[in-house]
Amino acid sequence: MSTATFGTANEDNAHLSKSDSRAVRRRSLALLGSLIRPVRVRFWLTIAMVVLSQAARVAGPALIAFGIDHALPALRTGDNVPLVFTGVAYLLAAIATAGLTALYVISTARLSQAMLLDLRVRVFRHTQRLSLEFHEKYTSGRIIARQTSDLEALRELLDSGVSSLASGMLFMAFTAATIFALDWRSGLLVLAAGVPMFFLSRWYQKHSQIAFRESRVVSARLIVHFVETMTGIRAVKAFRKEKENSETYGKLAEDYRLVTVRSINLNGIFQPGLVLIGNVCVAVVLLVGGFRVLGGGLAVGVLLALILSTKRFFQPVDQMAMFYNSFQSAQAALEKVSGLLEEVPTVLPPKNPVSLPAAKGSVDFNDVEFRYGDGPLVVPRLDLHIPAGQTVALVGQTGAGKSTLAKLIARFYDVTSGTLTLDGVDLRELATADLRRNIVMVTQEAFLFSGSVADNIALGRPEASRDEIEEAAKAVGAHDFILELPEGYDTDVNKRGGRVSSGQRQLISFARAFLARPAVLILDEATSSLDIPSERLVQAGLARLLAGTESARRTALIIAHRLSTVETADRVLVVHDGRIVEDGTPEELIGGGGRFADLHGAWKDSLV
Amino acid sequence: MSKQTSFFRSISRLYPHVRPIIPRLLLGLLSALLASVVALTIPQVLRVLVNTALQPGGAPEAVWTSAGAILLLGAAEAVLVALRRQFVINPATTVETRMRVSLYDHLQELTVSFHDRWGSGQLLSRAMTDLNFLRRWMAFGAIMLVVTTLTVVIGIVAMFTMSWQLALIFLAAAVPITINSFRFRTRFSKVARRSQDQAGDLATTVEESVHGIRVLKAFGRSREALETFNEQAEELRQTEIAKARHQATFTMVVTLLPELALGAGLVVGIMLCASGQLSIGALVAFFATAAVIASPVEFSGMLLAMALTAKTAVDRHYEVMDTQNTITSPAEPRHPGELAGALHFNNATFAFEDAPDKPILRDITLDIRPGETMALVGITGSGKSALIQLVPRLYDVTSGAITIDGVDIRDFEVEELRRIVAVAFEDTTLFSNSVRDNVLLGAPVRTEEVLEEALDVAQAHFSYSLPQGVDTLIGEEGLSLSGGQRQRIALARAIAARPRVLVLDDPLSALDVHTEELVEARLREVLKYTTTLIVAHRPSTVALADRVALLEDGRITAVGTHTELLASNQHYRYVIASLDSEPRDLDSELSALEDQAEEVTR
Ligand SMILES: Nc1ncnc2c1ncn2[C@@H]1O[C@H](COP(=O)(O)OP(=O)(O)OP(=O)(O)O)[C@@H](O)[C@H]1O
Ligand SMILES: Nc1ncnc2c1ncn2[C@@H]1O[C@H](COP(=O)(O)OP(=O)(O)OP(=O)(O)O)[C@@H](O)[C@H]1O
Ligand SMILES: [Mg+2]
Ligand SMILES: [Mg+2]
Repeated sequence: MSTATFGTANEDNAHLSKSDSRAVRRRSLALLGSLIRPVRVRFWLTIAMVVLSQAARVAGPALIAFGIDHALPALRTGDNVPLVFTGVAYLLAAIATAGLTALYVISTARLSQAMLLDLRVRVFRHTQRLSLEFHEKYTSGRIIARQTSDLEALRELLDSGVSSLASGMLFMAFTAATIFALDWRSGLLVLAAGVPMFFLSRWYQKHSQIAFRESRVVSARLIVHFVETMTGIRAVKAFRKEKENSETYGKLAEDYRLVTVRSINLNGIFQPGLVLIGNVCVAVVLLVGGFRVLGGGLAVGVLLALILSTKRFFQPVDQMAMFYNSFQSAQAALEKVSGLLEEVPTVLPPKNPVSLPAAKGSVDFNDVEFRYGDGPLVVPRLDLHIPAGQTVALVGQTGAGKSTLAKLIARFYDVTSGTLTLDGVDLRELATADLRRNIVMVTQEAFLFSGSVADNIALGRPEASRDEIEEAAKAVGAHDFILELPEGYDTDVNKRGGRVSSGQRQLISFARAFLARPAVLILDEATSSLDIPSERLVQAGLARLLAGTESARRTALIIAHRLSTVETADRVLVVHDGRIVEDGTPEELIGGGGRFADLHGAWKDSLV
Repeated sequence: MSKQTSFFRSISRLYPHVRPIIPRLLLGLLSALLASVVALTIPQVLRVLVNTALQPGGAPEAVWTSAGAILLLGAAEAVLVALRRQFVINPATTVETRMRVSLYDHLQELTVSFHDRWGSGQLLSRAMTDLNFLRRWMAFGAIMLVVTTLTVVIGIVAMFTMSWQLALIFLAAAVPITINSFRFRTRFSKVARRSQDQAGDLATTVEESVHGIRVLKAFGRSREALETFNEQAEELRQTEIAKARHQATFTMVVTLLPELALGAGLVVGIMLCASGQLSIGALVAFFATAAVIASPVEFSGMLLAMALTAKTAVDRHYEVMDTQNTITSPAEPRHPGELAGALHFNNATFAFEDAPDKPILRDITLDIRPGETMALVGITGSGKSALIQLVPRLYDVTSGAITIDGVDIRDFEVEELRRIVAVAFEDTTLFSNSVRDNVLLGAPVRTEEVLEEALDVAQAHFSYSLPQGVDTLIGEEGLSLSGGQRQRIALARAIAARPRVLVLDDPLSALDVHTEELVEARLREVLKYTTTLIVAHRPSTVALADRVALLEDGRITAVGTHTELLASNQHYRYVIASLDSEPRDLDSELSALEDQAEEVTR
């Protein structure tokens, strides 16, 4: 497959080259196939129910004919058995039709919901697996678009498609057989109508494919913009971005409308086109048959039957057009979804994972280099040994690369070259569960999920009991304010923790880490929004946590601009442009008169 | 969940949107009706043609004319089908788009407290899925509903002309169907609503899982997140199946009952025929008509379900649209004669909507003179951010007032107020735009000088060395920046707005000491002419301010210079002074904890 369309690259392009287009279509069909495979039994069962209910439906008219042709004369002669038979049979046919119809409605829903659930979970799991590098450029809005409007397109296909396709095909096959039975020449004429239909469909497929692709692209853009506005609503309001936003959104919405209209209009040519072809075919059958009737080669009754059947033959064409339409739409959507699913995480789980149930916590950088994607080198050549149990403070100017180093240890990214090891095991070979248990990072942005305070803390260790959760909260000094919330630990913190103040968010995030009790703890400015008394409490809690068990202290990497935390560290690393320019105990560095001494002096001055 | 409203009341709310397109909808309806009439006529015409014109030995012209007639009718049918779409599509999508844009505009208008409550997934599903569905219903479902109803009514009337006895039997089926349709309506509406709400919640979960991906990864909790998601998705699936079950039941009823009636009709009809009360022709015609209306009747289950779903979509749409925006410009906005920037809090009290009886801020009275810089100090969660957000009216005071140059901020035009007041939030929000656009977002003049100065004051010179300089795309769709870099861009944005009143919420928290010093040195010049309220957690930030206000238990308990307060105020020392030893009057529990911690450290 060409790399141009691999994954989500080139996702916004609706006009693909022929081979690219074929490649993404194949990918999308493969996805559809893989969704059907686990539910194929139900799939065929549903189709069987559709077929049976159609068959039961045909019985009705047949019974009416039987009644009029046989039961009526019989009744006139005083025999009411055929009448009773007709009545009872009609009753049974009605019950069968209704029952089977209801069954296939439910069965279709089960089928389509099973497939949707499968796909939803797959997409979710995959987006969770993908690395930060991917998320940083793909945006949440797009993932939401994939999970909502794209899935909606598939759902439309599944909900109406299966039954209309099956019943339509069955009906056509049945009618075609009747026509052939009556007169094979007319049958051939009817089949000949398939040729223009085929070309019309090809034309439609070619154009609608582009329209539907565009529609996916534009709707994703619309969603991205929408989500961004709603997430940043405070800033939008404060800086009066409403008008500008409204214009952008209005334009996007209009684009979306135009491509929707385009796709509908294409269908508006396609569907009447099919009807027209069908009707022309009826006229041709009439013409040809008519002359044969004139010549005596065909009975009038047969002609009538032929024409009526031909007309009937084309009846489901409407439904088929609708099916094809939603199929095209779903396929375009699945092209995007399958692209997302095709993305490979850049931070891969290990092939042969090395397990490390209880790490001591020594971290080593050996000749490490790192850059974000293909950007400039952020960390040039780094060798660093952090022995187990050491508390290391990272200081340096903003943008120096402190968080980057922290994120490397937490394996948010993989090093570009060199190795990074925990207890001598390369992080890339460490089993993911062990990695996450042993190394925990409190990130610069304290993100809370909607849900209770307790749930948010429990994220650190889901199996923790309520007591342990409260213990952790107490340890970081969050217990008191949590109790003051309306429902204490069960208070919903709202989306993104909007219900609590930013300092409180940091405390809760900190409590999480406390609960997790990892071998290596990374704090990236975990106390930046705290007041000094709370910070002090956190530090006390931290000291307790780091002391760990008697035998082994925990390793800690602390990034802080407020040097009060740093003073208590065993060792200070000064980072500048991704390099470590100073390394030593706080006392040494302060005495040494370098950058840290400088920083420290400035900080002391700032305290009064 | 809101209480159920009647179907017509809900749908009728669409009227203002739909009014301009009613003629076209009617034309569409007409085309649809004509198309089905033509479709029904073609077989009749055929029958007549075949039976009259086409006989062995007849004239070839007759064949040509019949074929021509059929072709004409066939073409007419195709054209009518095309016309129906043509009439309806453009207007329906226009209505959809208009509703979508007005929803978005309204959402932008609505207060921050509204957005605090609503997950963005819920809003999104209203803007996309619901409105898409509504469009499809208007363009197809509603029209088909009318066409179907008309077909059935006409069919029944025709049946009456053929045999009133049989028609009565057939009609008898309508009674239980109607009763059942009521039950279906209430039940189905309820699940339809539930499924739409659940779909919205699911979208919210997706959004959170993506925004919180760092936390999930840092703790390795993807599996738990997946489980939660799976549960929710499973619930949605169950609801959808419940929906299908209701629909299946109803479809069964509308399929079964008419068929049963027809079965009875068949028996009775044959007996009537046998006794000579009915002609065979009439009997045949009756069943031919019944066959025609059978499928529309069956179809009605689906159409009704569509209509009900459309109704809940409308309900959900108006639920948001009906929410009043409480923070609006007054009818007659006022404006201070000369804008000096005196900010005054006058007994301002504020409580969040979800806890109206527990005000976060009580009787705040604070006077900030034009050009003065006032620091706001208080412990975590004391309400500093809340207070700051009152100034640009992101929230409104519950009682009391805030004035700028003597004019109540509620008397300003909102936009004007927000032009006067600029904010830097504690959580930096950058938009997917270039650095330039982000910084100049609120700027009255968007020139290069303003940009340069703002970036310089905020010490955000790094912007020039980004890949495309200040035109580099940042924000969610662009380049990721470090925490301090983001914060400085947000600070530059507030400065570039050249406000009279500047409110800064802990704007230097992510900066190192050196950069902080540099920013402060430059900031001091700017602040000289700007009234500033700045939240501070550190003495270094306080140093920027002329005076300090101390927020304690929701009240301003002291105002003065840093030195004054340090000397006179115990709580202030406790909050801000890191060098002082711990005051002894702390909660016993807390100090106990501390002691304990110290022991462990030792
Ligand atoms: N995801 C990313 N993609 C590309 N570049 C990045 C990314 N994150 C950070 N950078 C760049 O890498 C450099 C180092 O960033 P990092 O976040 O490590 O700084 P930091 O030392 O933590 O700064 P701060 O104190 O401001 O948080 C910066 O120039 C930043 O712009
Ligand atoms: N949307 C909300 N609804 C109800 N209560 C809220 C809401 N947002 C915040 N609170 C509560 O109001 C109080 C004040 O919050 P605020 O964010 O103003 O604190 P803050 O002083 O800025 O703290 P920090 O220094 O941590 O930023 C907190 O106790 C918080 O729990
Ligand atoms: Mg950082
Ligand atoms: Mg705050």
